[in-house]
Amino acid sequence: MSAVVCGASAVNPGNPLYRARKRFNALVLVVSSAALAFGLFWLVWILGTLLYEGGTALARAALYYQMTPPPGADGGLANAIAGSLAMVAAGTIFGTPIGILAGTYLAEYGRRGWLAGATRFLNDVLLSAPSIVIGLFVYSVYVAQVKHFSGWAGALALGLIVVPVVVRTTDDMLKLVPNTLREAAMALGCPGWKMVLLVTYRAARTGILTGILLAIARISGETAPLLFTALNNQFWSNDMNAPMSNLPVVIFQFAMSPYENWHRLAWGGAALITLAVLVLNIVARALFRKSD
Amino acid sequence: MESSTARAASRPAIHTAMRGERAAEVAAPSDLKPKLKINGLNFYYGGFQAIKNVTMDIPERKVTAFIGPSGCGKSTLLRTFNRMYSLYPDQRAEGEILMDGENLVTTRQDVSLIRAKIGMVFQKPTPFPMSIYDNIAFGVRLFEGLSKREMDERVEWALERAAIWSEVKDKLSQSGQSLSGGQQQRLCIARCIAIKPEVLLLDEPCSALDPISTAKVEELIHELKTDYTVVIVTHNMQQAARVSDYTAYMYLGELIEYDITDRIFIKPKKAATEDYITGRFG
Repeated sequence: MSAVVCGASAVNPGNPLYRARKRFNALVLVVSSAALAFGLFWLVWILGTLLYEGGTALARAALYYQMTPPPGADGGLANAIAGSLAMVAAGTIFGTPIGILAGTYLAEYGRRGWLAGATRFLNDVLLSAPSIVIGLFVYSVYVAQVKHFSGWAGALALGLIVVPVVVRTTDDMLKLVPNTLREAAMALGCPGWKMVLLVTYRAARTGILTGILLAIARISGETAPLLFTALNNQFWSNDMNAPMSNLPVVIFQFAMSPYENWHRLAWGGAALITLAVLVLNIVARALFRKSD
Repeated sequence: MESSTARAASRPAIHTAMRGERAAEVAAPSDLKPKLKINGLNFYYGGFQAIKNVTMDIPERKVTAFIGPSGCGKSTLLRTFNRMYSLYPDQRAEGEILMDGENLVTTRQDVSLIRAKIGMVFQKPTPFPMSIYDNIAFGVRLFEGLSKREMDERVEWALERAAIWSEVKDKLSQSGQSLSGGQQQRLCIARCIAIKPEVLLLDEPCSALDPISTAKVEELIHELKTDYTVVIVTHNMQQAARVSDYTAYMYLGELIEYDITDRIFIKPKKAATEDYITGRFG
């Protein structure tokens, strides 16, 4: 009887179930490695092409202090770089506080109730809205009303792209903060707003800052919303109320042109944006690692 | 250690409420005054009643332990004492929890003030994401504007009192989350003590700790009762027997028996308590 129940153990290397599992494991490992290699291949190709084509342009000092040139002449991207920096900065300053506050409402105060659910849903819609729609929206409600393109309109469009990204990451990151931490703060007699400000923000700060950086990285390369709002400007402009030059639109315009020197500048601009975003990410990672 | 007869002579007013019918009152000596008087307390999670008509006194400067199987309502009861439940709109309490004559359930007083007077330590250590020093100073800053020097003294006092000062005094600026689990829990107790509460609620404070850390926390509880009223919820009956002066056995939201710890463990009055204590049930 006991011999029938116990018998020989099925646990041995020849077990068909075990071998099938091993084969399946090997297969999945090969497929997932291939997928990784496929993804990396394109990424490396893109970066390589950018650096190869844009490298020489990047190395020219004139890129950073000369204005965008007319066809056939020499020049740089100084006005586009300055314009991009100004609009990305203004858009971030405009979008980040709104995004953080709305995300805080969703995660800390509006966990129940229909308002938070509806806001979260609409925010996700906005998050995936094509950026050209945002550009057209700002065009119709602002540019068309004041009847001129401007840096402010560009910043507004970029800010509107920042908001949903920051709302989503703030909401997600605050929800990751364990509830026991909130209860512990409240148990000391801490008012709710102080608990959010001093405890949960601190616990979630790395995630929230990463969200902001992602948003900055995203708007740095956005072309469509600026096409209808900031337009472009051949010259240096400190006036945010006037059309303003910016890297994405300059790249778009120069790359589509038949002129060789414009092509080189477009490659330079593209490489510049990519490297700037890369550096931003690396610096942020290094900073966070130190603080944690 | 007092003998159990000496203890019996100094027992507080204990009402043993059995299903709300008969409350057998035990003679109350005048020298043991109740810190919390709980009267006909009911508690609901939405439509589910988790506490059923509990009536009892928690004596001042003693350790009172709540034992019972999982889901019996002992943690829930603890969380009513500092109004933790009012963070959640679907939870509500009815009845009386009197502290210094004020009913905590219905009081108009700001819950922050109640919570500052009734500190709580949780099952899992909850150090804030800040330095060890700031973890302690956090609660103090909510109610007192101390100078740097006074704050330093307070932090040292609290850490000393929680028996962790010698382990952390050289790394006060390090993150509280870098400590070991047992140290984190003592840090949380220090954080509680720092704002000088009158009552300390400990919700299974040792269930996530190793035996050595547990021994340290238990020793600490023993010392704390000279100044504080301590209420502890525990899964561990040996722990209740070791640290508490009074023990309450709860089952399915009801207070089954409440008495001097020795008596609960040696000669309980109710068969249900005895079954649980002896491991025949639960």
